[in-house]
Amino acid sequence: MHELSVCQSIVQQAVSIALQNHACAISKIDLAIGPLAGVDIRLLEHAFPIASSGTMAEDAQLNTQSLPLTVKCKTCSLESEAKPNRLICGHCGDWHTTVISGDEMLITSIELETDEERHYV
Amino acid sequence: MCDTCGCNITSGNQHLVAEGGKLEKTADGKKVVDVMHGLLHENDHQAEHNRQHFNHRGILAINLMSSPGSGKTALLEATIDQLKDEFNIAVIEGDLETENDAERIRAKNIPAIQITTGTACHLDAHMLHDALHQLDLNDIDLVFIENVGNLVCPASFDLGHHHNVTLLSSTEGDDKPAKYPVMFRSSDLMLITKADLLPLLDDFDIQRAENYFRQLANTSPVFSVSARKQQNLTQWFDWIRTQLETHREHFPKNAHTHEHVHHHSHQHHST
Repeated sequence: MHELSVCQSIVQQAVSIALQNHACAISKIDLAIGPLAGVDIRLLEHAFPIASSGTMAEDAQLNTQSLPLTVKCKTCSLESEAKPNRLICGHCGDWHTTVISGDEMLITSIELETDEERHYV
Repeated sequence: MCDTCGCNITSGNQHLVAEGGKLEKTADGKKVVDVMHGLLHENDHQAEHNRQHFNHRGILAINLMSSPGSGKTALLEATIDQLKDEFNIAVIEGDLETENDAERIRAKNIPAIQITTGTACHLDAHMLHDALHQLDLNDIDLVFIENVGNLVCPASFDLGHHHNVTLLSSTEGDDKPAKYPVMFRSSDLMLITKADLLPLLDDFDIQRAENYFRQLANTSPVFSVSARKQQNLTQWFDWIRTQLETHREHFPKNAHTHEHVHHHSHQHHST
């Protein structure tokens, strides 16, 4: 649904970073996405060719790392894995927890091709 | 999310940031740039700008989210009837098509801007910004944003508001928080609406709805209300009063003029 908007934002940012680095093309974009980000990775991958068409990211490979969902309990202070709709402590069962990983949606890195290397190839 | 760029770095994902340098070269000589920006960096930047618009005037902005037809506009009508003599209110309405909701609000002599998104399933910070520029925000105390009826997409887009309020109507089923965890987790208040129908519905259990909500580690309050029958609305009105009072402790009314807000250039997008 909203994954196309998200993809357009990714492409926009990648192109802006490529221009800052005087690159001529973007060859790879690495993402890290948690299960609570509200973004479906498969839909994102489907939307990427549409959003990147005609841009410097057109031929870029989209790599998506799925992050684990981990909560820390405020009562027993232990960390445990959780499910998106059940963020309770895996040790004592309390629901007073904090998500310490799993709601991220990040562009972690971008690989660029520069004119410089084309000259030497 | 972190206040500046939405990148939400925590102890659980910090290793991603710590790895590598700012700029590296791959074996085949390609340039690798570490980014660590939120996927919605542009939106989050605009949202922060919108929040400044509100904060500089001491305005509290509340984002209402729910399925279509759960009673967001009816709740706003009842809220306006009760609070319009106490506060100056403005409303921004989001729908795919029609001015219907904005017209219902304007009928109560409250300024309302309708954003028609066309096909988009959510409001974003740029759309909200354009709408804000059509509103005279001077002397406004409360801005209600009625998001597009959708329990999925609006949850991912910060608009620059201060609080999320999610409505769950009694006709929808009490397990919605378990089915749509991203939205209900981000709620600062859950309102079970159309509560007057509860005696007729034998399969909606308020306690069960709240249990699902708590399993998202959400400590926010849950109120059951009926806007049409004017039932139990007092706690909702008091919640708004308390939030505004707390907000004003940090951002007094009309502390700054408009000119201070627009210190950097930005594009106005058409909607």
